[in-house]
Amino acid sequence: MNIPKIELNNVKKSFGEKHVLSGIDLDVGTGESMVIIGGSGTGKSVTLKCILGLIHPDSGSIKIDGNEVTNLESRGRDELMGKFGMLFQGGALFDSMKVWENVAFGLIQGKKMDRDSAHAIAIEKLKQVGLTAQTGDLFPAELSGGMQKRVSLARAIATHPEIIFFDEPTTGLDPIMADVINNLIVDCVKDLGATALTITHDMASARKIADHVAMIHEGRIIWTGPVGELYDSGNSYVEQFIHGRADGPITKHANFRA
Amino acid sequence: MSNTNPNHLETAMNTATSLCQAVGHSILSFFQSIGKMAIFVGTASGKTLTPPYYPKLMLRQFIDIGYYSLPVVGMTALFTGMVLALQSYTGFTRFNAEGAIAGVVALSVTRELAPVLAGLMVAGRVGASIAAEIGTMRVTEQIDALVTLSVNPFKYLIAPRVIAGTLMLPLLVLVGDIIGIYGGYIVSIYNLDFSAGNYISQTWDILEKMDVISGLVKAGVFGFIVSMMGCYHGFNSGRGAQGVGTATTYAVVSASILILIFNYILTQVFFS
Repeated sequence: MNIPKIELNNVKKSFGEKHVLSGIDLDVGTGESMVIIGGSGTGKSVTLKCILGLIHPDSGSIKIDGNEVTNLESRGRDELMGKFGMLFQGGALFDSMKVWENVAFGLIQGKKMDRDSAHAIAIEKLKQVGLTAQTGDLFPAELSGGMQKRVSLARAIATHPEIIFFDEPTTGLDPIMADVINNLIVDCVKDLGATALTITHDMASARKIADHVAMIHEGRIIWTGPVGELYDSGNSYVEQFIHGRADGPITKHANFRA
Repeated sequence: MSNTNPNHLETAMNTATSLCQAVGHSILSFFQSIGKMAIFVGTASGKTLTPPYYPKLMLRQFIDIGYYSLPVVGMTALFTGMVLALQSYTGFTRFNAEGAIAGVVALSVTRELAPVLAGLMVAGRVGASIAAEIGTMRVTEQIDALVTLSVNPFKYLIAPRVIAGTLMLPLLVLVGDIIGIYGGYIVSIYNLDFSAGNYISQTWDILEKMDVISGLVKAGVFGFIVSMMGCYHGFNSGRGAQGVGTATTYAVVSASILILIFNYILTQVFFS
């Protein structure tokens, strides 16, 4: 049997009294595109940050390529990061640098490439996400939200990562730009042959990007399966979420109803 | 009647318990934040000393922290030296001790006023800007982005600032020493009609190497405190604009208070 690319076992995390993750189990196979769906505050982002090592889980195991990574020291962590690329929700572009320097950052600082070759790759990646070479000389603040997302995507794929994380890639974009970004994500992931893990609450995006879908609720994965089975999952929580209904089991316990 | 007494007692007990709880809570969180700060300072110092280094970023911080603070520190030193000469003249004429003015200005400026005032001014100028910049990077996930691009934020963001702060403040204070003494000289010569030669020779006679060196060592410590506090509070900034604002305030306030505390401790160490 193949070793999953990413394997989470009973991962728990609390902030003070608040249990955000109460035992996450998740396997993502190599080359697979997994989308985690779920409402706001259910632990999607925390799960992602635990895998990246930005947040340390209280207990449980996280394996990448079969190797435990929860207790890695800083040097091993830096090496592991070489396998990762991440598209942040707000873009998280370095505002003190030009666009091309942002895209080339991981190459110059992380992989110690010289500036000229890194510049060439950066321009190529910008073209791949539909931006011109001239855009490279602008600063991130001069770009629109959709363009910033594209630059951020170019930065995430520039280092040829084996695993790419997408944190709400379509949030804050108009439906057309959202679809453009979705297509770019599908193309880029396919192009790299990378494993992708996306968190989103945008169902259009989930349908487009996912091979597999996992639904998270109250810090647990409550359903997982191929994207084809998403619409006849037989799970009332999933049903309520994907159809965006105000009434159902998710809102029943949480007193959401106004 | 008989019912009210136990009730009063219970209310009083509850108030006392919640008071103790509040006191205990704030004491605990005080020590918690000191521990957190100590761990941060330890990690940051360790990462500062080990490669990779970022010479380009360091150079930029040298210019930002050192060069651009020159006007502020220079003005502070100039007027401090001037007012010192004026004030001591008023006081010393009462004892016919005008001859001591040059010495008083030189010693106070080099040992005490230049390092402390420069430290406080730089805390306001540099500490605040470090906290705001790193805090904004935290809030907009730019620090997380650094990590995912295999760059250690301690080495990339914090080390250059701490090194620049620790090395630049002594240089600023050295310049401040000279300008401060010159401020006293100007007032004494042009305002109080001293002889220029006397003033300079009195300054040279009284000033010892240790006076200047102790001031520069203090400045190094203050520079470390200012840059470290800016980094610490920015790095642990809360969410949103409010979080960054609070981080900036804390950075300046904690740096200023630590400067005053360490000023006393260092003076005790040097001159006792």
